[in-house]
This record gives sequence, C-alpha cells and structure tokens, in this order.
Amino acid sequence: MTGNGLVQLTAKDFKSDQEVRWCPGCGDYAILAGVQSFLPELGVPRENLVFISGIGCAARFPYYVQTYGMHSIHGRAPAIATGLATSRPDLSVWVVTGDGDALSIGGNHLIHALRRNVDITILLFNNRIYGLTKGQYSPTSELGKVTKSTPFGSVDQPFNPLSVAIGAEASFVARAIDTDKQGTAEVLRAAAQHRGAAFVEILQNCNIYNDGAFDVVRDEKDNRLYLRAGEEVRWGEKGVRMRSDGTLEIVDASAGGLLRHDPLRDDPGLAFALARLTWEGAGGVPLGVFRSVSRPVYEDLVHDQVRTAVEQRGEGDLAALLHGADTWSIG
Amino acid sequence: MSTKKVEHLDGVIIRFAGDSGDGMQLTGDRFTSETAALGNDLATFPDFPAEIRAPAGSLPGVSGFQVHFADHDILTAGDRPDVLVAMNPAALKTNLRDVPKGGTIIVNTDAFNDRTLQKAGYAENPLADGSLADYHIHEVALTSMTVGALKGIEGVTPREAERSKNFFALGLMSWLYHRPTEGTIGFIASKFAKRPEIVEANTRAFRAGWNYGETSEDFAVSYEVAPAPLTPGTYRQITGNTALSYGLIAASRLSGLPLFLGAYPITPASSILEELAGRKEFGVVTFQAEDEIAAVGAAVGASFGGALGVTASAGPGVVLKAETVGLAIALELPLLILDIQRAGPSTGMPTKPEQADLLMVLFGRNGESPVPVVAASTPSQCFDAAIEAARIALKYRTPVYLLSDAYLANGSEPWLIPDVADLPDISTSFAEANGEPFEPYRRDPTTLARPWAVPGTKGLEHRIGGLEKADVTGAISYDPDNHDQMVRLRAQKVAGIAADIPELEVDDPDGDAELLVLGWGSTYGPIVAGVRRARKEGHRVARAHLGHLNPLPRNTGDVLRSYPKVLVPEMNLGQLAMLLRAEFLVDVVSYTKVRGRPLGARELEDAITTMVAS
Repeated sequence: MTGNGLVQLTAKDFKSDQEVRWCPGCGDYAILAGVQSFLPELGVPRENLVFISGIGCAARFPYYVQTYGMHSIHGRAPAIATGLATSRPDLSVWVVTGDGDALSIGGNHLIHALRRNVDITILLFNNRIYGLTKGQYSPTSELGKVTKSTPFGSVDQPFNPLSVAIGAEASFVARAIDTDKQGTAEVLRAAAQHRGAAFVEILQNCNIYNDGAFDVVRDEKDNRLYLRAGEEVRWGEKGVRMRSDGTLEIVDASAGGLLRHDPLRDDPGLAFALARLTWEGAGGVPLGVFRSVSRPVYEDLVHDQVRTAVEQRGEGDLAALLHGADTWSIG
Repeated sequence: MSTKKVEHLDGVIIRFAGDSGDGMQLTGDRFTSETAALGNDLATFPDFPAEIRAPAGSLPGVSGFQVHFADHDILTAGDRPDVLVAMNPAALKTNLRDVPKGGTIIVNTDAFNDRTLQKAGYAENPLADGSLADYHIHEVALTSMTVGALKGIEGVTPREAERSKNFFALGLMSWLYHRPTEGTIGFIASKFAKRPEIVEANTRAFRAGWNYGETSEDFAVSYEVAPAPLTPGTYRQITGNTALSYGLIAASRLSGLPLFLGAYPITPASSILEELAGRKEFGVVTFQAEDEIAAVGAAVGASFGGALGVTASAGPGVVLKAETVGLAIALELPLLILDIQRAGPSTGMPTKPEQADLLMVLFGRNGESPVPVVAASTPSQCFDAAIEAARIALKYRTPVYLLSDAYLANGSEPWLIPDVADLPDISTSFAEANGEPFEPYRRDPTTLARPWAVPGTKGLEHRIGGLEKADVTGAISYDPDNHDQMVRLRAQKVAGIAADIPELEVDDPDGDAELLVLGWGSTYGPIVAGVRRARKEGHRVARAHLGHLNPLPRNTGDVLRSYPKVLVPEMNLGQLAMLLRAEFLVDVVSYTKVRGRPLGARELEDAITTMVAS
C-alpha cells in the first residue's frame, strides 16, 4: 500500500488480456513496455487513465493497456480526447498517434489541441512511414525517399514534428527514442507532470517498411544530444553556441560559451532553433524536453466560466429559461 | 385612438422587404412581438440573403420578413402577402410576383430614383408607368419624413437619421393594424440604451409613422385582427433554433447528464452554438471546434466520459461528420447530430430551407450503419424533438440524427410553454462493477443497448473502438459469423425502437378519406393548411405526419395500405416517397418542390384536388 491508501500497481497491472499484434521486432513493443512500467509511478488509479488513438500501427496501443481506452478513427484522436478531457477534467487523458495519423489526416486536430492547451499527453510514434497500409511515404519521410507510392523518390518536403508543435503554441515539447528506456521514462515523467497539452515525439523503428530510419541515433548513442535544464547543450566533443544574430552554431565543446538549456523560457525561439538541429545538419539529434512552459489550461478556463456563470446568475432555472422575458397569457 | 373607420379581419399576411441594411429583420421581429402581445396566433418566415451586406439596392441584397397573424389558429407564415412593405425598387421587384392582384403595397418613394431603379433593373419607374394598377399602392416618403421628424436631435448624423426609417415603417404598420406600441417603445429604450440620442431618434420615427397613419388621408381605414382562441396557458414567441437549444438544456436536466455541444459555425445552425454558449449557468459546455469533424469527435469524447454529447450543423458539415457517426455506431455510445437542413448540393443556398438530407443521414455512411432519425415539424416542436432524440440516444446508446431546416430554424410561432414537471423522465444509468469480469457488449435483453461504462469507474476498465467487436466481450474479432451477428444486432437494436415510439396518428375526420397526405418535418404547417383548404372544398382527405423517420412508426405500412391514394409532399425530389415505396410496396405519389422556400398551402390544395380527381 502507498501512503494514499492505493494498492501499489506494477507494470503487469497495466497489461490487458489482448494479444499484442505488432510485427516481431517493432519499436512499438519497447514503447508499450516503457509506458506500462512508467504508469505505476504516475500514481493515477487505472480507472482514471484513458488512452485514445486514431488509426495506424501505433493506434492499436490502447488495446494493450489495462485502462480505459478508445481506438477511434484516422487522425481524430486529439479531437475526441479534447471532448473527453474538457468534460472530464478529473481524468488523465493520453493520445497515442503516429506520423501519418497526427501530421497528415489529423494535422488540424493536432495543432488545435496544442494551441488550446488541452490537458492531454500526446505520444507521437514517428517511424517516417505508413506501416499499416504497407509502406507508403509519410509526412515525415525525407525528400527523395523511395517507397511503394514514391518509386521515383518523394518530392514532399517533410514535417519536423517538433517544429510543428512549437509553431502551434505547444506548451510542452519533448523527444525520446523507443529503445531508450531511461530517456523515455524521463520524458514521460515530465510530460505527465505538465498541466496542459504535452507533445512527445518518440522515434520508433519500423523494422519492416523503414528499418534503420533512426539507427544513427538509436544505435549510435554518441550522437544523442540530451537536453537537460540548466546544463550546457553538448554531446561528445561538440556543443551548441548562440551567435550574436540568435542562430545556433555547432562548435568544439572546449571552445566554451556554450548555450545553457532552459526549457522554461517563455519565448519559443530557442526551443524552435534546437528542434531544427538534425543529424544531417548538426551531426547529433537532440532528445529530452525542449520546451515546458506554464499556460492556462483549456478545461480550467472552460469550467471557470461555468462556475462564474453559476455564481453570478445562480444555478440555471429551467422554467425561467423557457419563459424568457416576453410572455403572455391566454384564458 | 383612431377616429378613422376600422375594419375587422380574420387574418393578415404582411411582408417587410428592403435592403439587407434596412433593418427589415428587426422590423419584422418587433411587429411580431407586438402581434404576440395582442394575442393573435402567428407564424413568421424571415427570408434573407447569405451575404451579410450584398451591394446596396441590388436584387440579391433584398431581405424579407413575412408575418402571418390571425384570430384563429394558423399553421404557416402564409403563401402570399396581403400587404407588402417595399423599402426600395429592388424589394418591390423581387417580391411583387408573390403579391396577389388587389393586394396592398406600401412603398418608400424616397428610394425610387434613377440610380436605384436602374440597380433593380427597372427601365421605367413602376410607380409612374401604370404597371401597378392592379394593386392598392400607398406611396409614402418614408425617408424624408423620418429625417424631418428627427430634426434637432443632437448627436444624430444624417445617415443615422435616415436609418431610423424602418421604425417609421413599423410605426405606420402598427397603426394600420392596431398593434400595441408600449413593447416597441420599451425595446428601443433598452436596445439602444448606450446611445440616448438614438433611442430618441428611433422612438420619434416610430411615433411619426404611427401619427402619419392617423393623419394622412392616404390611409382611410385601419384594421383589427382579434386575438385567437388559443389553448389557455402562458405563451411566448420562439424560433426553431432557440427551441432546439432549450430542448437540449431540458434533456440535460431530465437525464441528469451535463450537456456538451461541439460545433463549427455554419448557417443556419450557428445560433444553436451561440444560444448554448450563453447558458453556462446550466453547466453547458460549448466547444467551437477547428472543423466539423472535430466538433462531432469532441462530442463523442464527451459521451464516452458520460456527458450528453451533441453536435449541430447543416448539410455541408453533417456530411463531414459521417465517419465519426459510424464510429459512434460501432462504439454504441449516445450522440446527437443536429442537421439544420438547407438547400444543396454543396454550398447551395445557405439561408434557404430544403429537406434533401434525409437519405444522407439514413444511408450516408460506410457499412451497415443504422441510425435513428427524428424530425421536427414546427419551430416550437423543435423543443420536444430535441428531448425525444436525446431519449432515444441515451436509452439505446446510439447516435441519433435530428432533422430541422432553415425554415424552422429562423421561423417563429407562439409556444404554449410546458410545465417543467410534465416533461418526460429520460434518466439513464451507468454500468457499475459487480465483481465479475466486465463485458462491454453484453446487451440489455429488451433494448439491446450495451452498458455505458464511463472512465473513472473502478473495475470496468475496457477498450472500445471502430474495429468489429466480439459479441458480449467486445474483444476485437474478425470471425465471419460474429460479424454477421453484430451487423444484425445493431440493425435489430435500431429497428426495435419502433416499439418505443408512438404509432402514426391519422387525422381523418370522417374515416372515409379517399386520399392520405403524408409528410415529415417542416412541411407540417403547409400540409395541414393545404388539407384544410381541400376539405373546405368538400374533398375527403386524411393527413398524417412523421416525426420519426427511422425507425418508422410500427403502423406505417397499415396506414399507407388503408387509403386508395397516398400523396407525399416534400422539399426534395421524393426521398421519403422512395423509402415508403421500397419498404411497403405502396404506390405513393410524390409532390416535390425545391425552391428554397416552404411549400405553400394553396399549391398543396391544388395537388390534392388534382389527385382526388385523377
């Protein structure tokens, strides 16, 4: 028993009776295990947790977690989660989505959930491919990517999911890697503690249709740039410095004057600049919490208005409403 | 009071028509309120362009408001106006064809000049060329008399003085029909309270119009329409969208569930969102979504959490919601989808009514996806329709479509305000843990509804979704027999609602009618009025009206088969007629009009007469 009288749950308590049906070797297994082993420490009773997903491989996630869950329709999970979280602020609502689900068909709902700052946690499994439909390019697939639907290479400029989130006024933005158990747990912890919309990109390997998409940082741990509040932004021998014009440059870490990470900065400029650091451009991939700022939470504002209306006008009187101001009597 | 001659009329139809910026809707509203206060029965039909301010003086920019009032119960805003108030040439031109020969036309002569005549497409001034000889024309210099009456009010610009002319017109009409004026004086004082000089201006214009009627020799007679002998009780005036909104709030109270409305602004449904957004003291949560899909998605999310989830839209928005409604069918959660129909396809005519979404809401989804459909018949009946739709949704754990249209949405009529204590109990219950493993798709043996287990209930943690479910357990299932079983169960559940709705009631005074007129939705008023007219001519006509389109009342087939002829009037190309023919193999005859206007009582009388004779 814990201090609050709750039975201490374990990862096993969050495993449902459903057989997990992802391809053997899929990165989703590691994320599922990571989430299931993290949930006990959240301290939220199972019945108050809800996982909502759209369509895609990632979207099967809720079936495997022994909480409340809804496997909905393509792209719409943030909208459904918004309705649930707004009408039930007592619940802990999570959205599990993929790069196609969140950034193509559901792009509109994603950005609006973020800008409203609905108190939900969005986990975006980014494998840069459409897996469930068997291998078409996705909105995060790189230019020139050859897939079944781009036999001559993709001509679509991809989204950077973190740029999208920061641009959409997200108050919490983070990134993790599927197999990085500790990094994922740290990010999930911070995301779960955040009040408002928390956006977490999880780099996830699709070993069938896009194997090795993130090997450079999944396998090569030296290329991971862990962002930590108050610490210098550096990895290996390299570091990040801010130029006088505000842009970032990669320098030899020993050169000094390195940028110190501050996810609490209200101005999103620096978080955005860090989100733009890529393997191709910087030789490293930033991970961890990019941005975590406090903003009014949507459902708080909604229910504040309801409370204020009741205080000022009194609890709604149905008979008075139906009568209105202008009535007349007959007989 | 007037010293002039007074005539008594049993009913009058007046149409106010002017430029979009002339304040015709406000004028019509005020005249209606005065009429309601007097105790006439009434019905209104605001008819305005989708453009907020179409080019001034142009034909498309004409905005109209028709009010029909009488000393007896009436059912429609009337086919053709007895009196047309035309504030400019364009208003005259677009409305003249509706005025019967011998009708009265009051024109604002100040608005008739070369420029405005040309804009309206008149080569000659119709006031001068004799083309209006068949009508009683009152030429009134509305604008200049208004400006004259307002001279000397400090702080009122010439432009503002001119804009008070609608109150002059209202004053004149109030005199002509003996309407009480106190309500309008009070209305002006509160509406424009922030600008006392405008209160003064509008009040003076209103009085000047009244006095003009009293003193001008042009108006020799004024008219009285006595109060109607309506059912005793307390009445108010109400539009369909307001009644719908109140019905939803009432449904929330009667069910004990918080109301959650997800909506995206769309004509003619937006006023539901606006009305409910202002009623937070009832615990109402409104969510103006990023799009139509998010609006219904959020409502589904709220329903999952135990709220009364509702979304409101019109055809172009409802079609976008189809996939989410399909999800709600699979989830078997309560959900209300309000479709305030307007003329289509595509954007169509956004402010004009039509009934052409019936087949869409019945069948416009992938897979076998049955949904109950309820339709409102009059503006005030929208209140009851909302409660009925909520009752079905909650009891059977299903999405329900509620059909209204632009005519009901904006039209108004007196409403005998119900006693809250008489409203139906539509309370429902959530599932509770009983120590056994939870089976989310174990159905109630009577209703076939599944348990509604809301998050936060310990021991009932479960997953639902759009993938096919195994019967009882709700686990994902691709089993062929299970799918066949589930498809049939969902269909049976909806079909079974027929046992839980009233039988189709037939109005057949002598029981010997040779023709049945069967309608649904907002054609109720015109059909009843048309049937009355036909009966007056000696025809034996029966009438029935459908408030439930799916399932249909259980006696529908029997009723259809008991009459030699069945006429089905609709504002579409025969959608209900097609259903009836398919379902009951009865050779019903369609009467269809898609003019973006309500059907007329006279044309229905003609259709009935023709069919009886055939």
